[in-house]
Amino acid sequence: MNLNRRGFLKVSGGAVGASVLGIGLKPAEAYAQPLAIQYARETTTICPYCSVGCGIIVHSRGNQVINTEGDPDHPINRGTLCPKGASVYQLRDNPARVTEPLYRGKGEREWRKVSWDWALDQIARRVKDTRDANFMEVNAKGQRVNRTDAIASVGSAALDNEECYLYQKFLRGLGVVYLEHQARI
Amino acid sequence: MARKAFLIDMSRCIACRSCQVACKQWNKLEPEATVNRGSYENPPQLTPQLYNQIQFIEQGQGDELRWLFMNQRCMHCGDAGCIKVCPSAGALYHTPEGMVAFNQDKCIECHYCVNGCPFDVPRYDRKKKVTKCHACVDRIANGLVPACVKACPTQTLRFGDRDALIAEAKAAGKTVYGESELKGLGAVYILEDAPQTYNLPAKPAIPASIFLWKDVIKPLGILGFWGAMGAALLHYVTFGPKKLDEYGRRHDDDLNPPEKGA
Amino acid sequence: MTNHWIDIRNADVVLMMGANPAENHPVSFKYVLEAKDRGATLISVDPRFTRTSAKADIYAPLRSGTDIPFLGGMIRYILENNLYFDEYVRHYTNASFLVSDDFQMPGELDGLFSGYNAEKRNYDKASWSFQRNEDGTPKTDPSLQDPRCVFQLMKKHFSRYTPEVVSDITGTPQDQLLKVYEAYAATGKRDKVATILYAMGWTQHTVGTQNIRAMAMIQLLLGNVGMAGGGVNALRGESNVQGSTDYGLLFHILPGYLPTPNAGQPDLAAYIAAHTPKTNDPQSANWWGNRGKYITSLLRATYDQSLTAEEGFGYDLMPKLDLGQNGSWLMLFDRMHKGGIKGFFAWGQNPACSGSNAGKVREALAKLDWMVTANLFDNETASFWKGPGVDPSKIDTEVFFLPAAVSFEKEGSVTNSGRWAQWRYEAAKPLGNSRPDLEMINDLQFRVRRLYQAEGGAFPEPILKLSWNYGFKMPDGSIPHIDVHAVAKEINGYFLEDKEIAGKLYKKGDPVPGFALLQADGSTSSGNWLYCNSYADKGNLMARRGKNDPSGMGLYPEWAWCWPVNRRIIYNRAAVDMNGKPWDAKRPVVWWTGNGWAGDVPDGPWKPMSDAEGKKPFIMNADGVANLFAPGLNEGPFPEHYEALECPLDKNPLHSERINPTIRLFSAGAVGEDVDAYYSCDQRYPYVATTYRVTEHWQTGVMTRNTPWLLELQPSNFVELSVELGQEKGIKSGDWCVVSSGRGQVEAVAVVTRRFRPFKVQGMTIHQVGLPYHYGWHTPKAGDSANLLTPTVGDANTMIPETKAFMVNIEKKRG
Repeated sequence: MNLNRRGFLKVSGGAVGASVLGIGLKPAEAYAQPLAIQYARETTTICPYCSVGCGIIVHSRGNQVINTEGDPDHPINRGTLCPKGASVYQLRDNPARVTEPLYRGKGEREWRKVSWDWALDQIARRVKDTRDANFMEVNAKGQRVNRTDAIASVGSAALDNEECYLYQKFLRGLGVVYLEHQARI
Repeated sequence: MARKAFLIDMSRCIACRSCQVACKQWNKLEPEATVNRGSYENPPQLTPQLYNQIQFIEQGQGDELRWLFMNQRCMHCGDAGCIKVCPSAGALYHTPEGMVAFNQDKCIECHYCVNGCPFDVPRYDRKKKVTKCHACVDRIANGLVPACVKACPTQTLRFGDRDALIAEAKAAGKTVYGESELKGLGAVYILEDAPQTYNLPAKPAIPASIFLWKDVIKPLGILGFWGAMGAALLHYVTFGPKKLDEYGRRHDDDLNPPEKGA
Repeated sequence: MTNHWIDIRNADVVLMMGANPAENHPVSFKYVLEAKDRGATLISVDPRFTRTSAKADIYAPLRSGTDIPFLGGMIRYILENNLYFDEYVRHYTNASFLVSDDFQMPGELDGLFSGYNAEKRNYDKASWSFQRNEDGTPKTDPSLQDPRCVFQLMKKHFSRYTPEVVSDITGTPQDQLLKVYEAYAATGKRDKVATILYAMGWTQHTVGTQNIRAMAMIQLLLGNVGMAGGGVNALRGESNVQGSTDYGLLFHILPGYLPTPNAGQPDLAAYIAAHTPKTNDPQSANWWGNRGKYITSLLRATYDQSLTAEEGFGYDLMPKLDLGQNGSWLMLFDRMHKGGIKGFFAWGQNPACSGSNAGKVREALAKLDWMVTANLFDNETASFWKGPGVDPSKIDTEVFFLPAAVSFEKEGSVTNSGRWAQWRYEAAKPLGNSRPDLEMINDLQFRVRRLYQAEGGAFPEPILKLSWNYGFKMPDGSIPHIDVHAVAKEINGYFLEDKEIAGKLYKKGDPVPGFALLQADGSTSSGNWLYCNSYADKGNLMARRGKNDPSGMGLYPEWAWCWPVNRRIIYNRAAVDMNGKPWDAKRPVVWWTGNGWAGDVPDGPWKPMSDAEGKKPFIMNADGVANLFAPGLNEGPFPEHYEALECPLDKNPLHSERINPTIRLFSAGAVGEDVDAYYSCDQRYPYVATTYRVTEHWQTGVMTRNTPWLLELQPSNFVELSVELGQEKGIKSGDWCVVSSGRGQVEAVAVVTRRFRPFKVQGMTIHQVGLPYHYGWHTPKAGDSANLLTPTVGDANTMIPETKAFMVNIEKKRG
């Protein structure tokens, strides 16, 4: 949801007209200048940290996020945030983010970058081989169980609901029962 | 424009420090490498990249134990020592809202504001220019509250019409710090104990030496300001024979403040 | 949470115990302080004086692992002083039920309930049952005087928890204990209400479930469940741990809390029979009587809809546990450590730091053939093969790292602790070549399916017949861009054929408006019955931003959507009397208008209980009332104190059973090189330790340690200890220390503080220390995970590891 000009900013008339200015204005110059977030796109999100579920507004220009702050319309946090919520900007503006699939082979000492196609094909192959070699249609008592105890998964409370749903659907489709996540610990 | 102010009610503070982080986020201040010195308090003091800071004050013991928190920042004084002492007009100034802001283009790197401040607030950044809390001048000029106030989850920090905020606090039976000191601070506090407990001066005043500068030397019209004589004299008047640390701060005491407990 | 975040402001007393909301849920403290502004009393009970304690009216310390004595003493105080809410207890709980004459309690059996089998470490629960009439309804004594009624048994059981006894176990000074009891028990009146905010401080114990049970009993005795400002409120730790639990990312449940099928349930009919409780009480709604509708609708959403009723709609394809098979966290890593697991997904989780006994977890990872990990940042799990003391050339595990998009680089919903499902949007494209998890799962599923299509393999049917219709399909069957709305709609569910219900015709393809309309005959689908209604005829309710609060109670019914069916306070029919009139007129939740309910969405549409057609309020229990006596738990129907697996006492002060007699022991104790060794009353590890979180970091810190603004605030591992222990050990604030347990050691900076104080217990002085578990070796100079210290042992019911009470030593680091 983009909430452009939803009254979030009350910009004075005199400030209009300099929207090309980006962020990074030092306070030295800032006073006479328009707000860095003026005319930025506003997108609502929910904080990825604790379970209070605070609303955050992400200001972006093009594909660049320029600011994040509390959503003043959100009935729980009413625009406020804790330090973690106040810092989500750095989850994107962050050189430590891994942005390419990585692979580490047997006995290797370093990661190497690989393509998505290669990585997912390799994973699919290993899933199939491990499952095929360790699939139990019936247990020792002869009861039908349709499962593999050789593949396990942990995670993830960090996923969206729709992702959780599909993730367990996929894994249970394979016959995985060692399926756990943060709620257990 | 009616004078604006922060009303800072330390009895509501949970020391979450969203004020520290929200400030850095809005002002895009650099993160700093810190070490744990046996306390939650970090960075240990205001820096060019930290405009406001929560202090953790452990008091008493057993059933009498208290854990008090203090939000340290520029007090935005009505009678601001930093502005008073600044030789470069407009480098430090009062905004229409009454907050003390700065213009680094006009800063001449003299560091006098450091000594002029009764609260030890101004810092110098890597460009050797003055920097400190400016109450998010860009936000308040556009009708928004400062980033720290916006973020504060417990309404410890509020920002608005100064008279109204003080009247409201008094109506609630609270004692405020900073109502009239230095022609009224722009950061007015509600404290749960004496100001000294919070590392605040009971009666803040601009250092006496400033008056010499302000009333005697500055009126000379900066005649000889760029002359060696004038500069040397000024330096001695404002600093005495002391050196500055990496933050442009006087070495009155150790860089690490005394242990205040976690 | 039975209630929700904003509702905290409605409380007269806020007890924060086993939780530290000022630090771990700071924005919630807005409402804690709002309650205080309105006159509420704030109580903090914690081994350590925290930022929450700093704002509390009453602070009471207790030794880690002694919550049951503390709460048991409160139950005794309430009962002995007749402070319970009589009408509520009589009508809305099982207080009046008569218990089997064979049932015996720890006071009689030296710490055990009747039916214990020492060899199997479990109970035969036959005697933990109610005396029942011929029609199956329980025998009762409405006067609550019969010595075999739950009320009298409870009174007898807890009579042993006197303030003297409790204080000598918990280390809480008696006057503080009584201050807490007095303030809290004062809410047993119809117009007074108290809330409990708890979190991992209660769950992460070998008696975790019983900690919460004890508090739930208090809330029931005081009539605080269902009320605005009341309830039993778990403050969950992650933005979507509520949702991920609702969606069954656990070995024992499917989406919507439907039990995982086991080998003893060979077909759908057997499954439904096993999990559908029955009652002959006309006043019991017995909601789980609907189980068959929910599992059938889940199967219809999961598998190809050409599957027929004869094939159980796909039930026959589902994986099934062996009877008694436990796939929970500790068991999973135990199996991995023994080489039983070859392939592993660590999807958005860092078990090398978050797992109890993390050293064992790290060893286990080295025994995998392959591991797939999805995350934002590299971390101790992904890079375990180059961790401290590990020679990469000796690790044969292949590792794939899939870079994930951050929460605001994708679209979908998350469910907060108050059960609000809230929709969030994409603010920018994923950074670099990172991808939303949904796309990764979609792509991987397709590639596995394609392999089975091409090659066949072991039992390919469940893969080939898994329904996967979430957007435009290419000729090869792949979906290049998955539509998250299609997934959300499948979760809500559809009518699969034209269906007339109560005179209304629903067309094939219509979304199901609510779970009451789900069917057991295969004519509806729903990926999670609890979320049926979230994305139905009125669109995506999770995306709503309505700001109306018509009741003024903070319910905000038009903001987002809340399960079940947008009910903001669950068990809310317990907030009214038998005639449907609110107990507390100032804080009404629901009320009967004479021909319907007003206020919050009621817990069922039926008339109030005084009407013959009315229903009892606790609709999820077959008897319709809340359980003061809970025969379903493993260690007993009433909570009883047992010490932590590792504890400073060689004997339980109450009886001869030192530890919970029903926990699974992974080790015989302190023996040899056993990776699961534990050490009680061992002079090498003399101090009680606990782990926790701090405001500035989150979980194992993968996100927050990589957020420089946050690392600046709390740069490294630290250990908090009392001034007294600091003096004894020659440790000053700021010193680097080594904290060690029977499993491992970590380095941490000492924070010597008066906020920890020694406990006086059984005539001894017991010191306690505490560490956050946010750190890991991957962050330079930060120290490693506190979970290297914690033991391999879990709660007897949930198997949640005991990371809140264990034994350590601490020394100043040399050199």
